[in-house]
Amino acid sequence: MGESRKEMNRRSLLQDALRSAGLLGMGGAFGFLIGRAQAQQYCWQIDPYKCIACGNCATYCVLEESAVKCVNTFEMCGYCKLCTAFFDPAPQALNTGAENQLCPTGAIIRTFLEDPYYEYKIDESLCIGCGKCVVGCKAFGNGSLYLQVRHDRCLNCNECAIAVACPSEAFIRTPVENPYRLKGKNHSA
Amino acid sequence: MIFSVSAMLILTLLSGLPCFAQDIERFPPPDFDSGYVFPQIQKPLPRAEIFQYLDVVVLLAALSLASYLVYRRRSRQGIFLLTIFSLIYFGFIREGCICSIGAIQNVTLALFDESYSIPLTAAVFFFLPLIFTLFFGRVFCAGVCPLGAMQDLVLIKPISVPPWLQHALRMLAYLYLGAAVLFAATGSAFIICEYDPFVAFFRLSGNMNVVILGVSLLVIGLFVGRPYCLYLCPYSVILRLLSKISQWRVTIGPIEDNCIQCRLCEDSCPFGAITPPTPKEMPAPGGTDRLRLVLLIALAPILITLGGWSASWAGDAFSRMNFTVRLAERIALEDAGQVEGVIDASKSFREKGLSKENLFEESFRVREQFALGGWILGGFIGFVFACKLIALSLFSERSEYEADRSECVACGRCFSTCPQSAKREKKIDAASSA
Repeated sequence: MGESRKEMNRRSLLQDALRSAGLLGMGGAFGFLIGRAQAQQYCWQIDPYKCIACGNCATYCVLEESAVKCVNTFEMCGYCKLCTAFFDPAPQALNTGAENQLCPTGAIIRTFLEDPYYEYKIDESLCIGCGKCVVGCKAFGNGSLYLQVRHDRCLNCNECAIAVACPSEAFIRTPVENPYRLKGKNHSA
Repeated sequence: MIFSVSAMLILTLLSGLPCFAQDIERFPPPDFDSGYVFPQIQKPLPRAEIFQYLDVVVLLAALSLASYLVYRRRSRQGIFLLTIFSLIYFGFIREGCICSIGAIQNVTLALFDESYSIPLTAAVFFFLPLIFTLFFGRVFCAGVCPLGAMQDLVLIKPISVPPWLQHALRMLAYLYLGAAVLFAATGSAFIICEYDPFVAFFRLSGNMNVVILGVSLLVIGLFVGRPYCLYLCPYSVILRLLSKISQWRVTIGPIEDNCIQCRLCEDSCPFGAITPPTPKEMPAPGGTDRLRLVLLIALAPILITLGGWSASWAGDAFSRMNFTVRLAERIALEDAGQVEGVIDASKSFREKGLSKENLFEESFRVREQFALGGWILGGFIGFVFACKLIALSLFSERSEYEADRSECVACGRCFSTCPQSAKREKKIDAASSA
């Protein structure tokens, strides 16, 4: 009996020592990692200057309807009558008929302001983030249309499925204090 | 009309030009006469930070409650209710992110990549369950992990898996952990998140392949207890190890040393975690056993080297998970004329006008990391294999049925089956009513 108790004591002592070492190690690692981090949370965002509007955002998001939508920086927009983001490259006629629009869901609302200017607004409930208009705007317009992760929809997955599929490494982790990468008037940033 | 058609014609002619690199202000924004004001861009905010701290508080509370239910109340019902709560909160409300299993990768990436700063919640979700495990065993698995909860709830008709198969399948978890750490450390991918089988259920949408994986695991889980936890979960590898030295361990009956060897508890455990006592009459340790142990210990370095060598071959294949390596390979193939056309990634790279030398250099560096990582991963698997063999050949004496420290997920199914504990409760009831 005495022998086995001694054995038990030795075993429990060893376990205690290992446990303390484990606790210390984990505490140390935790402190090290948190001390080095700026203790901030991240969210995903698209760098519009890297994005090539390939269309992956529309299909790779884990949500049925992508969290990525198109936004328009109005200060940069040319308010063109002939908007290459709005019209199909070979339109039947230059009106808002569905067959003339580039957007597959008709999510761009074209409103007449004053001759010859038109305002182009994105209806986010319709936008699927395919980026077709972004390509059109970048190619022939001012590049005021671009894709952004909308944080009311984004689930902030630990690893963003679109980021994995992004061909231009445009998806970046951004501090939550500043969750958007909007283009500005000074757009050569 | 004529104006517009000719304009379209010019645009069509222009469309071959690569204009992607920079925005050009082709049409200066107009000065409006009508007093038009620019609309504001809506910027919906992400989930407030305070809610992430709430997650931490809920995690701490759930872990404490699980420990209380397992050790003080010894209540399967309580654990079951906590399981449902965790499934709803961490699963369906928080939609599965962030979870402790995935946090392995955040911690790994933070250790290897100084530019990545780990979110506090990810660090807490990784370390807190480990600390609880050091004291209470795998209470995290019992009632807090939403993945475990999902499988625990579908377990209807458990069948027993033969021990040899259990031991073999369990090696998968070590491989999964090793691969996940390798991919996270090289900044290539978070494979635990990518192949999380149940997160698609929590979000009610997801990649079809992963949904199929999840459904198959659930179907298997109808008969085999917690297949993901037992055979795949990389976090369980760490929990298993730590629960071996936990301060307290789950006991089947409330007091030890009064087992009547009825085997009811053994039948109640769907995870094969209850080990029977060793036979009273044991043959004296003979020379063959010792020889076997010495042989196995001598075999360990060979297994480690063999594992490392074979995985170092796989390292190059693994490195294709890395974006830079894939891109560099594609660019090289395109330049050599071995593939036709461009893909989005190579097109984007060329339009950005980045230096190819830098890309190839970076790709080479990553591949070297993978070559080394392959050796380490293979060596690790060899080491685990050797440890497993040694552990299987070691013999420890048990006088009664007990829950194996590392296998037991503290689900509490065996608590009520022990007739000794029922007898004790009756006595207590009688004493309190008298």
